[in-house]
Amino acid sequence: MKQPVVKKQRTLAAETWRRFKKNKLALTGMIVILTLVVIALSTMVIDFVTDKAIYNDYVIKQNLRMRLQGPSREHIFGLDEFGRDIFMRMIWAVRYSLFMGTIAIALSTILGGLLGAVAGYYGKISDNIIMRFMDVLLAIPSMLLATAIVAALGTSLTNVLIAIAISYVPTYARTVRASVLTIKDQEFIEAARAMGASDVRIIFKYILPNSMAPLIVQATLGVAGAILSIAGLSFLGLGIQPPTPEWGSMLSSARAYIREGWHITVIPGLGIMITILSLNVMGDGLRDALDPRLKN
Amino acid sequence: MQNPDDILSIEDLTIHYETDEGSVHALNEVSLAMKRGETLGLVGETGAGKTTLARGILRLVPSPPGVIKQGSVFFEGQDLLSLSESKMRSIRGSRISMIFQDPMTSLNPVMTVGEQIQEVVEAHNRDLRQDEIIRQANAMLEMVGIPAERSHEYPHQFSGGMKQRVIIAIALACNPVLLIADEPTTALDVTIQAQVLDMITALKKRLNTAMLLITHDLGVVAQNCDRVAIMYAGQIIELGNLDDIFKRPTHPYTRGLLGSIPSLTKDVKRLSPIKGLMPDPTDLPPGCKFAPRCRFVTEACERAMPEPTHLSETHQVRCILAEAEVRNG
Repeated sequence: MKQPVVKKQRTLAAETWRRFKKNKLALTGMIVILTLVVIALSTMVIDFVTDKAIYNDYVIKQNLRMRLQGPSREHIFGLDEFGRDIFMRMIWAVRYSLFMGTIAIALSTILGGLLGAVAGYYGKISDNIIMRFMDVLLAIPSMLLATAIVAALGTSLTNVLIAIAISYVPTYARTVRASVLTIKDQEFIEAARAMGASDVRIIFKYILPNSMAPLIVQATLGVAGAILSIAGLSFLGLGIQPPTPEWGSMLSSARAYIREGWHITVIPGLGIMITILSLNVMGDGLRDALDPRLKN
Repeated sequence: MQNPDDILSIEDLTIHYETDEGSVHALNEVSLAMKRGETLGLVGETGAGKTTLARGILRLVPSPPGVIKQGSVFFEGQDLLSLSESKMRSIRGSRISMIFQDPMTSLNPVMTVGEQIQEVVEAHNRDLRQDEIIRQANAMLEMVGIPAERSHEYPHQFSGGMKQRVIIAIALACNPVLLIADEPTTALDVTIQAQVLDMITALKKRLNTAMLLITHDLGVVAQNCDRVAIMYAGQIIELGNLDDIFKRPTHPYTRGLLGSIPSLTKDVKRLSPIKGLMPDPTDLPPGCKFAPRCRFVTEACERAMPEPTHLSETHQVRCILAEAEVRNG
């Protein structure tokens, strides 16, 4: 037999990236998100190196004489209701808004995805048990559920994460279950079974990759929602506690001063908006790039 | 009953689909044996139970509603119906493979064709190194006439005929003893049909694989098979080698089938189709299943199903007329 010539196989990541970078909007979104990630990481490094000196002096130190001062050359985003530099607070807040939102959604995507896949694939009793439980969770408004969980577990960063992750699980479980149901009866699943693939292999290599697209979009949208939920919890005093900066809590505490200084509401609002918009366009681009059927 | 030469012997296999509307008698006491390397054509109209039989062998009958009522499937000396699920899994794809009807939907759309062949090699050879798996998969691809450079492409980049070749490569990757081909060419156009069938036949000769070829095209059977089984309403009503079936068809249904093929050499004004439809599988007639459509029907036909009669060593038929003929010599 002729020895076949093997052309180098492009990995999935390389292939995805090749297609992703053609979408300029999605690329812009990703650059924004990456910039925010770099900012978040560098503030963490600065805190570590300076032992929070900069944080204490510039981010949380109040200066009531200068309160609500508009944007100027020294303070490009102006000062807030306690005379703190909004630019510095915005930068230091990135880590909470972005990382917590991402981690919470990552947790609920994994948990929800697995539950949905098991429910959809095995059907019958397991489907009923899992999905009815999800329905119970869905019946409670997610904000209320998160509030209840934090109230029960106590106020802390981890508990806020857990609360938000749990309140988003049903959405992902339903999304994945729906796409598993449409995929599991297709002929290639049966063909996989006929070639001796086990259930686990079928779920992870055949069904989940085929149901990735809706999940990715849902997850990027979810991060945006989670950022808002964290903000909401912070507003209720259950999330991130002042004076720690967080976009959502900055926004809600600024509401009272909207007549005196427009900038203190607009800037955190813009921050949230730009982050969420970037996440959405990036998610869209990622979905298209990950789907080999939409190739070229 | 078991013959040591047989790699596969099915005895009295009965499969019903239990639905709300009643139980569908898809397969009724089917017995069949296959030897190493031979090609058996399974012919019958839609709903005759051909696919159920194929799935029954691999134990892939969807359950519920499918229930295997009775019977046994001996493959290389062990009863497949009593094996554990994990043992069965190790047989599927490595000892017995199956090719599905529609190449458009039987490949995973998000996995490259190379990876899909590697999948089956990997699933059945756990201790093989990765580069060895890739080499073997690429060799399979070359064997079905697709350049190995295309192994990193996705199914949607292939034409229907090429996809069917990939599926054949997957089916033959582990060198199976038995290949079940469920209408492998129905979804392809005629020229590609011939190519694909020629290739399957050549490869199975080379690998000495037995093949169960399910089709409703008697022309395909005449070209590719050693023996033919004619199925009607979940039963094998006539079984024989090519000569038996094409030169000496005995069962009225087989004759009807052959009579409804247009001939190039004979000048026939009108084809003679078989009148009527297949009986409702939830409510089969008590006697011969073909009786309601048969031209030679007698009272005895409607009373009891005739047992298989051996007309010769290779030829057997389930018909009361044949029984009488044999008795009278």
